[in-house]
Amino acid sequence: MKKNYGKRIFLLEIFAIILGLIFLVPFYFVIVNSVKGFSEILIDAAALPKEILFSNYAKVWEIISFQDAFLNSLIITVFSVTGIVLISSMAAWKMVRTPGKLSKFLFILFVSAMVIPFQTVMIPLMKLGGMLGIMNSIPGIVIMYFGFGVSLSLFLYHGFVKTIPQEIEESARIDGCSQFGVFWRIVFPLLKPITVTVIILNTLWIWNDYLLPLLVLQDAELRTIPLATSSFFAQYTKQWDMGLAALVMGIAPVIVFFLFLQKHIIKGIAAGSIK
Amino acid sequence: MNPELQAKRKVNFKKGLGYAAFVGPALLFFILVQIIPFLMGIYYSFTSWNGVSSAVEWVGLDNYIRIFTDDPKFFNSFMFTVKFMIAAVLISNILGFGFALLLNAALKTKNILRTVFFIPNVIGGLLLGFIWQFIFVKGFASIGNLTNLDFFKLPWLGDETTAFWGIVIVFAWQTSGYMMVIYIAALQGVDTSLLEAAKMDGASNLSILKNIIIPLILPAFTICFFLTISMAFKIFDINLSLTGGGPFNSTESVAINIYQEAFQNNRYGLGTAKSILFFVVVALFTTFQVMFTKKREVEA
Repeated sequence: MKKNYGKRIFLLEIFAIILGLIFLVPFYFVIVNSVKGFSEILIDAAALPKEILFSNYAKVWEIISFQDAFLNSLIITVFSVTGIVLISSMAAWKMVRTPGKLSKFLFILFVSAMVIPFQTVMIPLMKLGGMLGIMNSIPGIVIMYFGFGVSLSLFLYHGFVKTIPQEIEESARIDGCSQFGVFWRIVFPLLKPITVTVIILNTLWIWNDYLLPLLVLQDAELRTIPLATSSFFAQYTKQWDMGLAALVMGIAPVIVFFLFLQKHIIKGIAAGSIK
Repeated sequence: MNPELQAKRKVNFKKGLGYAAFVGPALLFFILVQIIPFLMGIYYSFTSWNGVSSAVEWVGLDNYIRIFTDDPKFFNSFMFTVKFMIAAVLISNILGFGFALLLNAALKTKNILRTVFFIPNVIGGLLLGFIWQFIFVKGFASIGNLTNLDFFKLPWLGDETTAFWGIVIVFAWQTSGYMMVIYIAALQGVDTSLLEAAKMDGASNLSILKNIIIPLILPAFTICFFLTISMAFKIFDINLSLTGGGPFNSTESVAINIYQEAFQNNRYGLGTAKSILFFVVVALFTTFQVMFTKKREVEA
């Protein structure tokens, strides 16, 4: 439907661009003020900086040991997301291919847990974590993310597996391929579109999560980016110059990730929601 | 035993083993992290457990009775959460749907603008709250001085009403882009020949929207309402970093109230009782909403 680009559309376009700019104003404030001196922020937060100071960033980098926080966030996110992808894709495939009461029951169990608010399980989970000795450790929190991530991911895989035809799997079976072989060599590559969605949704959630790391990771060396940024804020309340530099550093990695993959991310979110 | 039956059993055993190998890992972590803590939570909600001592005393329904009869702070946080949920769900869906309609038109900048509206979603709620704290405190004051508009000179975050709307603004700023993506996906599924036919028949844009587009994409409304209702109900991060529940506890969400009851007041028993009630309310609300909107989908 190629319509001529008329006056009405042109006005709509101008309107949309203005809306978009308004939407970005918070970023303008944060970035511009993160390179100002403290007194300059107090005088006028809307003005452009007279000179650009990167010293705020250097100081914050030191104080929150940014590279450690970044590495912790990265390790936790990568291991958790990998695990979630593996266990939920395997389970979803097997459950779809083995119809019956057990599979149906398990599916309902996995999916209905999605309405349990995190606050409902967090208190006993801390107790259980203590009993199992997995508190205050990165492997411990990764295991917890497996358990929380599996519901939605399995749900997405389950819906997708139902749409792929079974014939290729059967012929591979007849040719003597084991179930693991069938899954890894044939099924898993076919699941790629939904795997992208599962990776994106879980990455954004785990990378940005605050409460679970706050409860599980007590040692300062294990802090993730949200934890490090927030404790910095608590310590330097209203020290806007440093605080804003910390915020920009905190949000930069995930924004870069998004800008590189935005096409896939927006597509993945749409695919993940409409099921 | 006859060999045929034996062989059959062997096959069944092998099948069971395969099932366990594929489904087992997911089930194991799921039970460990969600099911067992959930069941433990039900138990602890009937105790006066303080989280530290190993002696856990059974108190029956005491916690629940206390919540209903003697906890005005919890009641207030509940009222705040419900009011917030209604305002936040309406505003973020109106904005999200509006953006979707706008960016479904043949604009040259539509792809860039989709990215722009979506960006706040990639940032964690906690950092968003801090960003907006600065905007409300310093940014709005500067804009107020420049433009002389009273709106920007309000004591944002310092007053009960404005703090409430402050959180709504931040929530809508974050979620409307996400809803937009879902609405756009739905709009693209609408058959354009239907719209063209209606236009030929002389239908106005508004009546096309009301009588054709909206009924066709009702499933997207079901999903968007489900998502925003559960997100708004569970609001914690934005709330914590933006207002910390203030001023005077007026913006304390249920999630923050539970967190503080357990980890600051060390009343784990009472905290879990609140969290179980919270679960019941969230579950009832979302189930009711999905049933309600689903029913309309069928009619449409």
